[in-house]
Amino acid sequence: MEALTTLGRTGINILRQYGKSGILLYRAIFRVPNIRKGFPLVVQEVYDEGVSSLLIILVSSLFIGMVVALQGHHTLAKFGASQQLGPLVALSVLRELGPVVTALLFAGRAGSALTAEIGLMKATEQISSMEMMAVDPLQRVIAPRLWGGIISMPLLTIIFNATAIYGAYLVGVKWLGMDAGAFWSNMQASVSFHSDVVNGLIKSLVFGFVVTWICVHQGYDAEPTAAGISSATTRAVVYSSLAILGLDFVLTTMMIGGW
Amino acid sequence: MLSQRSIESIVGLFLVFAILLLMVLAFKVSGLTSFFKTEGYTVTAIFDEIGQLRVRSAVKMGGVTIGEVTAINLDPKSYKAIVQMRIRSAMSDIPSDSSASILTAGLLGDNYIAITPMYSTIFLKEGSQIDETHSAMILEKLIGQLLFKIGNSGKSTDTAKGAKQ
Repeated sequence: MEALTTLGRTGINILRQYGKSGILLYRAIFRVPNIRKGFPLVVQEVYDEGVSSLLIILVSSLFIGMVVALQGHHTLAKFGASQQLGPLVALSVLRELGPVVTALLFAGRAGSALTAEIGLMKATEQISSMEMMAVDPLQRVIAPRLWGGIISMPLLTIIFNATAIYGAYLVGVKWLGMDAGAFWSNMQASVSFHSDVVNGLIKSLVFGFVVTWICVHQGYDAEPTAAGISSATTRAVVYSSLAILGLDFVLTTMMIGGW
Repeated sequence: MLSQRSIESIVGLFLVFAILLLMVLAFKVSGLTSFFKTEGYTVTAIFDEIGQLRVRSAVKMGGVTIGEVTAINLDPKSYKAIVQMRIRSAMSDIPSDSSASILTAGLLGDNYIAITPMYSTIFLKEGSQIDETHSAMILEKLIGQLLFKIGNSGKSTDTAKGAKQ
């Protein structure tokens, strides 16, 4: 009986979390925004979340592209198909690695910072004092951060994709001595703009939305203590990573199924 | 702490950088050329069997790409495939009695349409149809025919022997 009660309580708590985050999202985004006041805040957030993540994205994408090219060349050479290195790298980066790795790095770099920042605002009662001054904290704090994440993620993914393919070009052509013409023309023959590039960007848009939503909600809902903020930050990163990988599977199924 | 103005300009730079790289992805990586509608004209051809031909497959003449397939439909009455292809306007002097055949690049490569020029002095233009077509070769069908031939040739010598006896 006790176990049943615990199960029920856990279920209700989980549902309450979902409900709270849904209400948070609704009140932050589905309101007529004040463009003149809101725009500079969104720009500030695109700077904090997007531009500051640029370095980690550039470095990691360059290395990922180089490593995929090296591994791909090693395996393809066994079948005498090393000419197909371009398509291999481009398709794996554009479809999977680009959106997913960017989102994971974004969750670690910008998402955790969001949660910690909002959690600390709550702990130091900045959010309550905003309410006292009749400033809606959801409009002033949460909404710009959500929009910043939604805007930054596809841009970062584009940059990731391009750098990774350039990294593969460096290894494949400059180092392993493949023919540059074959590298690019085979790539162009098998990559389609709509089904590969655009679908990858749709994925990253969804990831950007979900990651910032989770992180913002964890921060807004954090217990206003030092321990509460730290566990909220951990949860934000763990939940975002799981959500990214799970949603990636769902989205890929939908895209391959010709949805 | 940076001023609002410099933050705005850095974010603008970030946007421009990302859009430039999107262009690189579009044109250099995915070879998107049909974004700007290329000058050209559309002709149709009717095939019995198109094999693995797809939209955006190449149309070649003497091995040089001169256009691409834009649409593939099935004629509901004759059950044949109607293939529409767009040919660059630089190639406007293709004789109207030319033939179109579906070939395969390599043993297992992609299908493409090869146009073999003939001698008519009337040229193909927008909306004209190529009458002389050769369908795609299906490897399974070829093997089937070969097996059938081998089986039959054995039988025919048998019956010939029987007739002799």
